[in-house]
Amino acid sequence: MRLLIRNGHVIDIKNGLNGKLDVLIWENRIADISRGIDPGGCQVIDASGKYVLPGLVDMHCHLRDPGYEYKEDIISGTRSAAMGGFTSVACMPNTNPPTDNKTVVRYILDRAKREGAVNVYPIGAITKGLAGLELAEMGEMKAAGAVAVSDDGNPVKNAGLMKKAMLYASMFGLPVISHCEDPDLSDEGVMNEGYQSTVMGLKGTPTAAEEVVVAREVILSEYTGVPVHIAHVSTALSVEIIRWAKKRGVKVTAETCPHYFSLTEEACRDFNTLAKVNPPLRTARDMEAVIEGLKDGTIDVIATDHAPHHQDEKNVEFNLAKSGMVGFESAFSLAVTYLLKPGHLTLGELVEKMCANSAKILGIDKGTLEVGKEADITIVDLDREWLFKADELLSKSRNTPFDGFCLKGKVCWTIVGGKVVVSDGELVL
Amino acid sequence: MALRRKDILGLKDLAPDEIDSILKTARTMKSIIISGNKKAPHLQGKSVVTLFYENSTRTRLSFELACKYLGGASANLSSTGSSVAKGESLIDTGKAIEAMGTDVIVIRHPMSGAPHLLAKNVKASVVNAGDGMNEHPTQALLDMFTVLEKKNRISGLKVAIVGDIYHSRVARSNIWGMTKMGAAIKVVGPATLLPPKLEQTGVKVCSSLEEALDGADVVIGLRIQLERQKKVLFPSIKEYSAHFELTEKTLKYANRDALVIHPGPINRGVEISSDIADGENSAINEQVTNGVAVRMALLYLLTRRDAYEAVN
Repeated sequence: MRLLIRNGHVIDIKNGLNGKLDVLIWENRIADISRGIDPGGCQVIDASGKYVLPGLVDMHCHLRDPGYEYKEDIISGTRSAAMGGFTSVACMPNTNPPTDNKTVVRYILDRAKREGAVNVYPIGAITKGLAGLELAEMGEMKAAGAVAVSDDGNPVKNAGLMKKAMLYASMFGLPVISHCEDPDLSDEGVMNEGYQSTVMGLKGTPTAAEEVVVAREVILSEYTGVPVHIAHVSTALSVEIIRWAKKRGVKVTAETCPHYFSLTEEACRDFNTLAKVNPPLRTARDMEAVIEGLKDGTIDVIATDHAPHHQDEKNVEFNLAKSGMVGFESAFSLAVTYLLKPGHLTLGELVEKMCANSAKILGIDKGTLEVGKEADITIVDLDREWLFKADELLSKSRNTPFDGFCLKGKVCWTIVGGKVVVSDGELVL
Repeated sequence: MALRRKDILGLKDLAPDEIDSILKTARTMKSIIISGNKKAPHLQGKSVVTLFYENSTRTRLSFELACKYLGGASANLSSTGSSVAKGESLIDTGKAIEAMGTDVIVIRHPMSGAPHLLAKNVKASVVNAGDGMNEHPTQALLDMFTVLEKKNRISGLKVAIVGDIYHSRVARSNIWGMTKMGAAIKVVGPATLLPPKLEQTGVKVCSSLEEALDGADVVIGLRIQLERQKKVLFPSIKEYSAHFELTEKTLKYANRDALVIHPGPINRGVEISSDIADGENSAINEQVTNGVAVRMALLYLLTRRDAYEAVN
């Protein structure tokens, strides 16, 4: 079967692509990218007025499978990802049992291969049981298919253990992704520490809880010479520390998430548990610094931190509500609305941060458009404005603070390995 | 005047005229209490349930008596000894209480925002009787009522709040309420017990008791929550008292006729000395009477809402 994407504007700056081009897909691979490809004998997607991008790569999500299938599973999670234009996702290990051994890694890969709508790359735990005490079997997990290690959700509190984790992971070329939080400083905080936490009488997590660990990780990275990736950067000083470290030549990379460049702590007002997330939504000043970090390249990646939770886990007292929000189906449009349209990033830069950079950090052969590569392609309409509705999500969960937002830019087609998964905004599996 | 709202969740969102109307109604209610014939008809045919997830002496009893003095039916539920102890959720508990025909649910809860969650999920009126570190609106209303009785005004008064501001819902409600009514507020406490960015609420944060009490017309002492001592927020009770206790000596910084109030229960010799607590500047016991009056006023105004809505 031959599939031809005609008349679209193809963007992949790293490969020098930025213009009206056709893309031909033969079987599961890209066969040609050029002008005026003969449509004879092809199934044709008319991409006139639209942009043709490498399939989006999310390096930070929670698929909740195994263990929390009532929130999400690999089927619903990957369908939600596809709807949001993601063709590859890397899922965090805080499953139940945790992904701290080869068996769980294999389970995720097997199920994703059989039933998933997009490519799934498991991230293994740094420590056994995510408990922060003993190193997990990284070598076995790598052999089984894990692409990185992280204790995401739980910080690795012990600096000595983190140093050992970096050294050990580097033997297998596994990137270390750090959830930066000092639990003694966050001290049961449930939102950003600041004016709003004082007004609502809620315990706050200071920005320092994140920043002291960001500083620790870049210092450890310089000391060991091992690269480190900072997950979900949310504060101005974190951005500044990473910028400083990069200038020194430290091999640090960083990601942020759409909610850190589109929302502030104000979203928590009236005890809105849908805006409860960890790290918490910060202030306008932090938000501006995160955007600045994206602009100057300090922050390499936009990841979703897609974190589904059942409504019964959100419709409770603020202190008891679970942290996190779903993100697959809003991420691209939020990036267009809050970064591209205001002129903070060009489309080329945005695509890099949502495709090539995340793939490169994970060491997976994804995130670019090249002849001969697997045909993972996302086609978007940047002019389309649409109403984002929580009850229309493909995820099993509805925990988003963006319900009712008017967003710009919409994913129209998602093609995974040559197979059309989303067609004209509809899932076609 | 009836209230323009279903619930009383905090003073943060009450308008000055609503506060005024509650305080005026409370004056009438106080005359019922001291008349000796405590059987008025205002709540006839209405029911009030107190739902308390934390211990209480004054607040709970005063709500129940307020309801009874006005001829309403009252009942109480504690988290221990009810299905809450079996893990029933707040919303489910609230709906069960409402299903029994309850008009007003009075809730105290250790978590900020719990009354707001309940209010969103029941049609009954919800009154916040203290939620976490957020608000304790009826306490602040009775504090303001007491100030009004003693000083004939709130506007223009200098008010000092002393102690553990961070954990205090009483401090927060008084800051919102008294600021709205025109008072100037100063606060003081150990630096580890001050919430961040407090100045943005319009209060002055002081670094010494002397500075806070200087020229004060009203001094609000707060209970040091001894159970929080394990969190090492200050080194010892002795050192706390040395810097922040309201005593005959420290009160000299305030105006000579300064009014001393405290939400109770008090720790004698910790945040306030006995000679001050029992002295002539103190209105600590009268506050308790006023608490019943203010709660009578609130229950009456909230249950009149039906009539108000029918007319409007």
